[in-house]
Amino acid sequence: MLLRRIAQGCAALAAAGAMAAATAQTEISFYYPVAVGGPITKIIDGLAADFEKENPGIKVKPIYAGTYQETIVKALTAHKAGDPPVTSVLLSTDMFTLIDEDAIVPIDSVASAAEDKAWLKSFFPAFMLNSQTGGKTWGVPFQRSTVVLYWNKELFKEAGLDPNKPPATWNEMLAYAQKLTKRDASGNATQWGIQVPSSGFPYWLFQGFTTQNGVELMNAAGDTTYFDKPEVIEALQFWVDLGRKHRVMPQGVVEWGTTPRDFFERKIAMMWTTTGNLTNVKNNAKFDFGVAMLPAGKRRGSPTGGGNFYVFKKSSPAQQQAAVRFIRWITSPERAAQWGIDTGYVAVRPDAWETPAMKKYVAGFPAAAVARDQLQYAVAELSTHENQRVTKALNDGLQAALTGAKTPAQAMQDAQREAERILKPYRR
Amino acid sequence: MSRFSVHIHGWLLLLPAAVLLVAFTHFPAAATLYHSFFSTPKPGRSAVYVGLDNYRAMFDDPVFWQSLANNVWFALGTIPASIGLALLMAVLVNRKLAGRGFLRLAYFTPTILPMIAVANIWLFFYTPQYGLLEQLTGLLGLPSHNWLGSRDTALACVIVVTIWKEAGFFMIFYLAALQGIAPSLAEAAAIEGASRWYFFRRVTWPLLAPTTLFVLVNAVINSFRLVDHIIVMTRGGPDNVTSLLLFYIYEVGFKFWDLAYAAALTMVLLAILAALAIGQFVFLERRVHYQ
Repeated sequence: MLLRRIAQGCAALAAAGAMAAATAQTEISFYYPVAVGGPITKIIDGLAADFEKENPGIKVKPIYAGTYQETIVKALTAHKAGDPPVTSVLLSTDMFTLIDEDAIVPIDSVASAAEDKAWLKSFFPAFMLNSQTGGKTWGVPFQRSTVVLYWNKELFKEAGLDPNKPPATWNEMLAYAQKLTKRDASGNATQWGIQVPSSGFPYWLFQGFTTQNGVELMNAAGDTTYFDKPEVIEALQFWVDLGRKHRVMPQGVVEWGTTPRDFFERKIAMMWTTTGNLTNVKNNAKFDFGVAMLPAGKRRGSPTGGGNFYVFKKSSPAQQQAAVRFIRWITSPERAAQWGIDTGYVAVRPDAWETPAMKKYVAGFPAAAVARDQLQYAVAELSTHENQRVTKALNDGLQAALTGAKTPAQAMQDAQREAERILKPYRR
Repeated sequence: MSRFSVHIHGWLLLLPAAVLLVAFTHFPAAATLYHSFFSTPKPGRSAVYVGLDNYRAMFDDPVFWQSLANNVWFALGTIPASIGLALLMAVLVNRKLAGRGFLRLAYFTPTILPMIAVANIWLFFYTPQYGLLEQLTGLLGLPSHNWLGSRDTALACVIVVTIWKEAGFFMIFYLAALQGIAPSLAEAAAIEGASRWYFFRRVTWPLLAPTTLFVLVNAVINSFRLVDHIIVMTRGGPDNVTSLLLFYIYEVGFKFWDLAYAAALTMVLLAILAALAIGQFVFLERRVHYQ
C-alpha cells in the first residue's frame, strides 16, 4: 500500500517536471534594498505577483537584500562568484563601479526596439544624468529623490516671519535662521534656526550648496573632480559659517538619522533632508509644516539621489529580456505614480504626474509636488570611478572643516589631491 | 581494541570539529595571506603577484594609522573599565541582598540585546539638546554639546557603549567564580580578624585569576572585533576619529572593493591579535594560580 503511494507520488512529480519544462518559465531574481520607512517589502511582493499574472511566462523572485550598501555587497559578491541576480535596484551613483566590475549590461543593448527607445526617453532628464555615460543607458530610474527644505510654520509665526514664505535665497535663509535661533540666559541655544545634517554622506547635502553656488563637483565621464575650485570652497565656507560664525546651526557633525526627530521636537525650525522623508514628516509632525525647494545662491539647485534598476551581465539573454520587460512594467506611469505616493520618492516620469491617482494626491497634499518642480534645477549626484573611495575623500574633508580641524580651503585641497590620486588611472 | 583502532577512533571523534575549523578558520586565513601578496583582480586585468606592495601602501595610508591608533585607545578605554566594572557588579550581586535575582538580570540585560538595537538606542541618548545625556547635563546647567559630532568626544562615546555592553557579560564569569570559592575561607579569615579588603586582595583576587585571564583574552579580542555600533552610530566619522581597524577593513573590502589591500590589512589585524593572545598566555599564565 505504502509502496504504491510512493510510486504514485513519483509519477506525479515526474509529470509535473515535464509540464514545467514544456512551458519553459523564465525566472528572474531581483535584489532590492529598503531605505525608507513603510511596508516596502509587501508592496514589492504585490507588484511582482501582479506582473506574473499579466506575464505567465515569467517568474519574478524578489529578494530583500538590506540597505543599499548591503545590497551592492551581496550583488557584487554574487557576481564575482558567477551567480548574480538578473536585476537589482542599486544606488544610481554605483553605475561606474558596476561598469568597472563588468557586472552590468547597457539597458539600450537589451531593449533596442523603437518603443523601448521611447520608454527610455520618458523619464525626467535630471534622473538620466546619473543613468547614462559614454552614450549608453546603464540604469533605469526607480526610487529617486532630491534634497528639499522643510520648515515649521508655527515657529516662523512665533519669530514674526510670514509662515507661508520659505527662504528663497542664501541671504534670506541666514536672516530667517538668525531670527529663529533662540538662546537662554547663559547664551546656549534652545532652538536652532536651520540644520543641514553632515554624518554618513555629507557630500550629498554639500552638493546642494555647490550647485547653488554655480559649480559642479565632477565631469560626466566620472574621471575628474573639482573639489578645490574657489566656488566649492566658498560653498563650504557658507555651510561651516552657519554653525561656527553665525551660530544658527549646531556645531560639529550633525546626525542624519535624528534630524527629522529634531524637527518634530521643535528643536530646529528648518531642515534640509531628502524628499523621501516626506511621508515620515507628514505622519509625525504635530504642527503645520511646509516643504520648499532649496534656497538659491547664484542659482537654485539640488543633487538627485536614490536607486536605479540595473541588469546583470552574467544572466541569459532570455532572462535579460524578461528583466527589461519587468522594469518597463514597473516604471509605467500608473505604477510609478503609485510607488511615489506609497513611499515619498519622486515619481520618475512626467506622465506619472498626469495620472488621476497622482493628481488627486497632489491636490490634497501640494508639498508632494515640490521635489518634482525642483527637478529642472537638479544636477547629477556625485558619482565617479571608484565612487565610494572618492566620495570618502570628500566626506572626510567636509567633516574636518565642519568640526574645525581644517579650514575649508585646506580640507578641499586635501580631498582633491586624494581624489586625483585615485582617479588618475581612469583618464587614459 | 588494538592500538591502531584507538587512534582511528580518536581521529574520527576529532574530525567534525576539525573539518569545521579548517573550512571556516584555517583555510580562509591562509587564503587571505596568499591573496595579500597579489593585486586586486579587475575585469580584463587579473591579479598579479606584487610581493609586499600592499603592505608598503599601508605605511603611506594615514587612515590606516589613524584607525590603528583609535583602536589602541579604544582597547585601553574599554578593557580595564569593563573588567573592573564586571568585578564590582559580581561582588555586589554575590552578597545576600533583597532583589538579588532582579539585580543580576538587570546587569546581564545589555548582553542579550543585539548590538545594532543597542546602538540605535544610544544614538538617541547622545542626541544634542533633548537626548537623555543632554537632559541630565542640562539639569546641572552645563552647556549643550554635540557628543557624537565633535572630534573630542565621539570616540569616548562609543567606548562607553562598549563598556556598558560588555561588563554584564564578564560579570557572569566572575559571579560563577565567586560562587566557586569555598565559604570556609571567608570564615577562617573572619576568625583570624582579616579585614574585608585584605581578604579580597589576598584570597579572592588570586583565586579569581584564571577567570580574569579568560575575561581579559575575551575583552582584548572584542576590542578589535566589535564594530557594529560604529556602523550604526558614527560610520567612522567625524573625519575618521572613530574608525577602528576592522571597520576600516570592511570599508576597503566591501565599499572600495580593494580586496587585496583588505587582505593585507586583515593579516595585520590577525598578527596583532595573535601576538596579544600569545603574550597573554605566555606572560600571564605564569602568574595565574589554578586550583
